[in-house]
Amino acid sequence: MKRRTLVTAALAAAVAVAAQTGAAMAMNPVLKIGFVGVTSGPAAAWGTSNQRSMEARAAWINETGGYTIGGTTYDIEIVSFDDQKDPKRAIAGMEKMANEGIHYVVGPNVDDGAAAVRPVAEKNGIMYFPYAFPKELYSAPASNAVLGMVANYQSGPAIYKMLRDEKGVKTVAFVAANESDPLSQRDSGVAAAKALGLDVVSSNVTYQVDTTDFTPVLTPVMRSRPDLLVLSGVSPANAPQLIRSARELGYRGLISTETAQDARVLSEGAGDLANGFISVGGASTPEIASDMMKEFVDRYTAMFGEYNDESNTKVYALEYILETLKANPAAIDDVDEFQRTMDTFEAPNPYMKGDAKLRYVGMSSFGQKRQIAVPLVVNVFNDGEFETMFVAEVD
Amino acid sequence: MEQILANGVYLGAQYAMIALGLTLIFALMNVLNFAHGQMYVLGGFVTYTFYGQLGWPFVPALLMSCLTLAVAGALIERFLFAPVIRRSAREESTMLLAAGLAFLLDAIILLVFGEKQRGVPKIVNGVLNWDFRVIMPYDRILICGLAILSIVTFILFMQYSKTGRALRALAQDRTAAELMGVDVARYSMIGFAIGAMLAGLVGGLLVTITGVNLGMGGPTSIKAFMMVMIGGAGVISGAIAGGIILGFLEAIGLAVLSQYGDITYLVIFVSLMIFLAIRPRGLMGKPWG
Repeated sequence: MKRRTLVTAALAAAVAVAAQTGAAMAMNPVLKIGFVGVTSGPAAAWGTSNQRSMEARAAWINETGGYTIGGTTYDIEIVSFDDQKDPKRAIAGMEKMANEGIHYVVGPNVDDGAAAVRPVAEKNGIMYFPYAFPKELYSAPASNAVLGMVANYQSGPAIYKMLRDEKGVKTVAFVAANESDPLSQRDSGVAAAKALGLDVVSSNVTYQVDTTDFTPVLTPVMRSRPDLLVLSGVSPANAPQLIRSARELGYRGLISTETAQDARVLSEGAGDLANGFISVGGASTPEIASDMMKEFVDRYTAMFGEYNDESNTKVYALEYILETLKANPAAIDDVDEFQRTMDTFEAPNPYMKGDAKLRYVGMSSFGQKRQIAVPLVVNVFNDGEFETMFVAEVD
Repeated sequence: MEQILANGVYLGAQYAMIALGLTLIFALMNVLNFAHGQMYVLGGFVTYTFYGQLGWPFVPALLMSCLTLAVAGALIERFLFAPVIRRSAREESTMLLAAGLAFLLDAIILLVFGEKQRGVPKIVNGVLNWDFRVIMPYDRILICGLAILSIVTFILFMQYSKTGRALRALAQDRTAAELMGVDVARYSMIGFAIGAMLAGLVGGLLVTITGVNLGMGGPTSIKAFMMVMIGGAGVISGAIAGGIILGFLEAIGLAVLSQYGDITYLVIFVSLMIFLAIRPRGLMGKPWG
């Protein structure tokens, strides 16, 4: 009898605790933030690092009690949609977000997807944060897109100038995948190099995005013997193979790209051959990462088993959305309010040491503030790790 | 020119190996295995895990790829394809099943191995440089040699072993083979397992050169189908010929046409369309002779 009573009491206690926990969890209203991007196929790494960054940060916020906006504390829910890098799917994804009443969406990851969703976003009052570079997405009359990273036409000139002045680079060759993003990045890179007085010795060699062996691709480029080889818009999957093939073909010059890369992927795919490779990073190199950035990396790693260095950049978009909403709670369902706040918004950057600020930029490139101020961190890969070459700001 | 020939031989050998497993499965079961590329990727990831992560020597890791894919292939045939073939006379049923299997394998690979590109340490260091006329890393030469050796071994196996003869009989005429006492169900399973094993073998070999990532499956399947179409579906010698032809076309196109942009595959596809219009059964047709 006593035993039965004990079991009953234990069960009752368990039910009470569960009910209390459920009630506690259910107490916070939910703020849904969308993600529309590519999480399958050859470019899965780009979108997956986005989605996982958002999920890791949301889980962290929820675990610590939620996020307070205008006196109301919200749990953050990430609603994701895999657009498979297909513009038609991206439109479907953005329509799904509209149907769910979501006003803030991160993505899409590529140019054509970002352009395709613009009418849906503007019609349904959705602010979206693409990782795509076409200026018309962010220049008036476009209003609802905010560039989520540093564009190659902003980072490229800075890198080429540094290499020209400090490494004596005089000739440059460009190689790009035969896709809209890498090709447009190549074209703007060529223009930037020429504007700096560099001699572009090769720029018409391209490759299929599913290429796995780059030796035949790079053989004609190597004949031009450039001081600098630029891998325009290169994906993390292709970068190590391109570097490896170039080095094995006897190339000893500099190699750079304006996209974010992953140290482990480079290390596994190219090993020591990747030493000296220059790329654009985010904010978690040891020199500049704050304690919060380090904790984010730890939490992401615990949640997904392995960190992705691309998330150094992609950690920012969700933070910007939430901080801007905190600055103007009326924007929670009114993107006009959000846009008004963007002009004056400023908050401490929690992911960088020092007094760095979160703020919207883009006046120089777009004529309006439609870009988040991610630090322009240029890294060089050495012995399995990125080292910071220089940090700059964009506007 | 020497470099183009060397690239052609290297690409041709690896492509021929990729096409072999696909054409074997088609010959035996009339199944267009759209998941062949995903099986190749899975083989790459298994070698990556054992050789790159657990520190096994390369050859045992490669054998683990073969074993894993052979077992997976046998199970897939027994529990997925065999029941569908038994119950449905429509060829689209197996095609849809294969497409679904490709998506399933993609999802499993993403969950188990993640979204990142993976690579393993080189199995041989150094680069052959013949007076800048031919530049070829030693590991590519080794992999090319291993691929050719594997192809020869496979042909000998099919030609002279009891299992190989049974598989060839099955490919030529299932009913006649059954009447002659061949256990059709058993050898269909063995054939599918061998086809999958070949995908795993080439995936394991090439992970040392190209690395492996989640997205390689679909494009690999498309290339394999192109080779099979060139050589003739269901013909082993046709798959080898198709692989070598595609390898040389790619090597020549990338060298000669690079100044005009990325038009190599455009030219290859147009050539393939014209070729198929003239010779729809490919170079060697079906079935095995």
